[in-house]
Amino acid sequence: MSTRERILGRVRRALADVAPDDTPYERAVERAYAREHGRLDAVAAAGLLAGNLADYRARVHRCAEDGLPAVVGRLLAGRGARTVLVPDGLDPAWLADSDARRVPDLAASTPAELDRVDSVVTGCAVAIAETGTIVLDGGPGQGRRRITLVPDHHVCVVRVPDQVVTSVPLALERLDPTRPSTWISGPSATSDIELDRVEGVHGPRTLDVVLVGRPPGGGPR
Amino acid sequence: MSGTFVGMPAFPEAAREAVADRTLRGNLRHATHTIRAKREKAVAEVSDWAELREAGRRIKDHTLRHLDRYLVQLEESVTAAGGTVHWAADAAEANRIVARLVAETGESEVVKVKSMATQEIGLNEALEAEGVRAYETDLAELIVQLGKDRPSHILVPAIHRNRGEIRDVFRREMGAWGRPAPEGLTDTPAELAEAARLHLREKFLRARVGISGANFMIAETGTLVVVESEGNGRMCLTLPETLISVVGIEKILPTWRDLEVFLQTLPRSSTAERMNPYTSMWTGTTDEDGPRAFHLVLLDNGRTDTLADEVGRQALRCIRCSACLNVCPVYERAGGHAYGSVYPGPIGAILSPQLRGTASGIDASLPYASSLCGACYEVCPVAIDIPEVLVRLRERVVEGGPVVRDGNRVVLRPAKGHAAERAAMRAARWAFARPGALRAGQRLASRTRRLHPRTLPGPGRAWSATRDLPAVPAEPFRDWWRRTRGGEEAE
Repeated sequence: MSTRERILGRVRRALADVAPDDTPYERAVERAYAREHGRLDAVAAAGLLAGNLADYRARVHRCAEDGLPAVVGRLLAGRGARTVLVPDGLDPAWLADSDARRVPDLAASTPAELDRVDSVVTGCAVAIAETGTIVLDGGPGQGRRRITLVPDHHVCVVRVPDQVVTSVPLALERLDPTRPSTWISGPSATSDIELDRVEGVHGPRTLDVVLVGRPPGGGPR
Repeated sequence: MSGTFVGMPAFPEAAREAVADRTLRGNLRHATHTIRAKREKAVAEVSDWAELREAGRRIKDHTLRHLDRYLVQLEESVTAAGGTVHWAADAAEANRIVARLVAETGESEVVKVKSMATQEIGLNEALEAEGVRAYETDLAELIVQLGKDRPSHILVPAIHRNRGEIRDVFRREMGAWGRPAPEGLTDTPAELAEAARLHLREKFLRARVGISGANFMIAETGTLVVVESEGNGRMCLTLPETLISVVGIEKILPTWRDLEVFLQTLPRSSTAERMNPYTSMWTGTTDEDGPRAFHLVLLDNGRTDTLADEVGRQALRCIRCSACLNVCPVYERAGGHAYGSVYPGPIGAILSPQLRGTASGIDASLPYASSLCGACYEVCPVAIDIPEVLVRLRERVVEGGPVVRDGNRVVLRPAKGHAAERAAMRAARWAFARPGALRAGQRLASRTRRLHPRTLPGPGRAWSATRDLPAVPAEPFRDWWRRTRGGEEAE
């Protein structure tokens, strides 16, 4: 007998005392929890996202669409970035104000090559206000998973309000499980020394999140 | 489970040594109290915590009761997505599978994401025996590995070490494993984290094989989920060409949607964050992004035996958050090593004796490593009634009875050393069933109370050495009630 059959047999024998139940899964588990914790309008959701991102030491910037190149340019220049990783499908206009050398995201690049790049600029798939999370799923402008990991500086652009949801349940609804995804809530951190949070271990130690689509005042456009 | 902790003394002896260590107690008190207050705040932020907890419990219970079906579904989904599924009945089989998969790549080193399952099976030692060096990349695991130490906490295996001790380990040991600690390394957490970053980066960049566990596996889609903080997980999951994940069979969730519960309850329970810094989800392999080969090793190793116990099976709901450790008064004082297992604390006290059986001294003593205060149940995000299972396991140790070991039904004999306890319980049962005898006994006890000793003689001595004997009242309760009608009439 294969180990597979042996384990499945053990499971079935272990459950011999349980009465059979063919309730379809959708009805088998009661879900009395909230889909979101309070309905927020677009302005409030963006505000909550910004607050929670900042709480976990991401640097948050807000600008209108036409101000984006200047903000991205300033962030890269501020880090002294000489090279910047650019995923496929990233709007070239975002980098119009930066003179950092563009490094394309290639399958053939080695990890060591990525390690020599100063910064990376990406978009995202969705952002979650309640938890201060941005999710990348490898879609256009997001690149392979490793490019937002190896460089020490990540600039992530979030379109407000289209890409912002309030809660984790609403974010999962928008994502496709067949695509590999990375959920990012602030820069790399650890709680391993005396259970106290310290930012900055293996991932990018600086995370800049640019919320784009509203005037800097934060009011509706 | 593995032989990592073979030869451990029973919990009381190990704990006695631990509580005498003032540094250890200080470190544990500091860390557990820090996280306790933060967890309470993180949980209070969510208005529907009770509902999330209940849904988590029900999802896990449903999955466990249909585990055979979901395992088969998961296997199909993972295979369809380009992964290869392997089944391991016990630690030795899992280690053999992983060692073979590593050998097939021709590599002699691997990078590892922190994983309870691979610790449980003693994978690093098994690989070492095959000439493969496994590098732990989680900061706390690195501290344990470099210090030739043992893990003492589920989430923070080096919780028993303070920053000064960590600095000393880094200075002393890093050089032997790769890049030495920077000159003049101090004990500030930021500098220690930086030292780990520098030390491990070269290992990540050259790694060809990564080994992980997983927090969740989605049967419907074949998706695996790893929740982490530092980015070492992402490094191991995306940079190598081959990824091997060793995961306990109880880590399944039926659907993608189920993550909406656990991605809310796990981070808040574990590191007291709204969300942990990084979560990776992958489904099989993806062209030109991440590993080209993905192997999933499904591990039983005592889980189906645990599933066979109708009370004890709830332990399989555990999502390894470690909230129960952080609130436990026994863990706070005794520390994780005393539990003699990679699973310490309240959850360890019910998991280890079920996964490994209660044959050894340490495993037979673990159900007693608790005051049954219930704080662990209170904070558990999947509502495992740990005290209920502890009492069940105590009964099993004392009374013996039928259990399942390695898939076979066996009958345990009552453990030695509990004869006095059994005799006392038999006497109590006899007296409580006979009101006349109970009354006569109580009156006799009240009238002779001045003569009672302060400690018990004979086999009861050990029990009363750490406890006060209850004072016998001047008059039995029933007599008092009959005389005063519950205090309504003047005494």
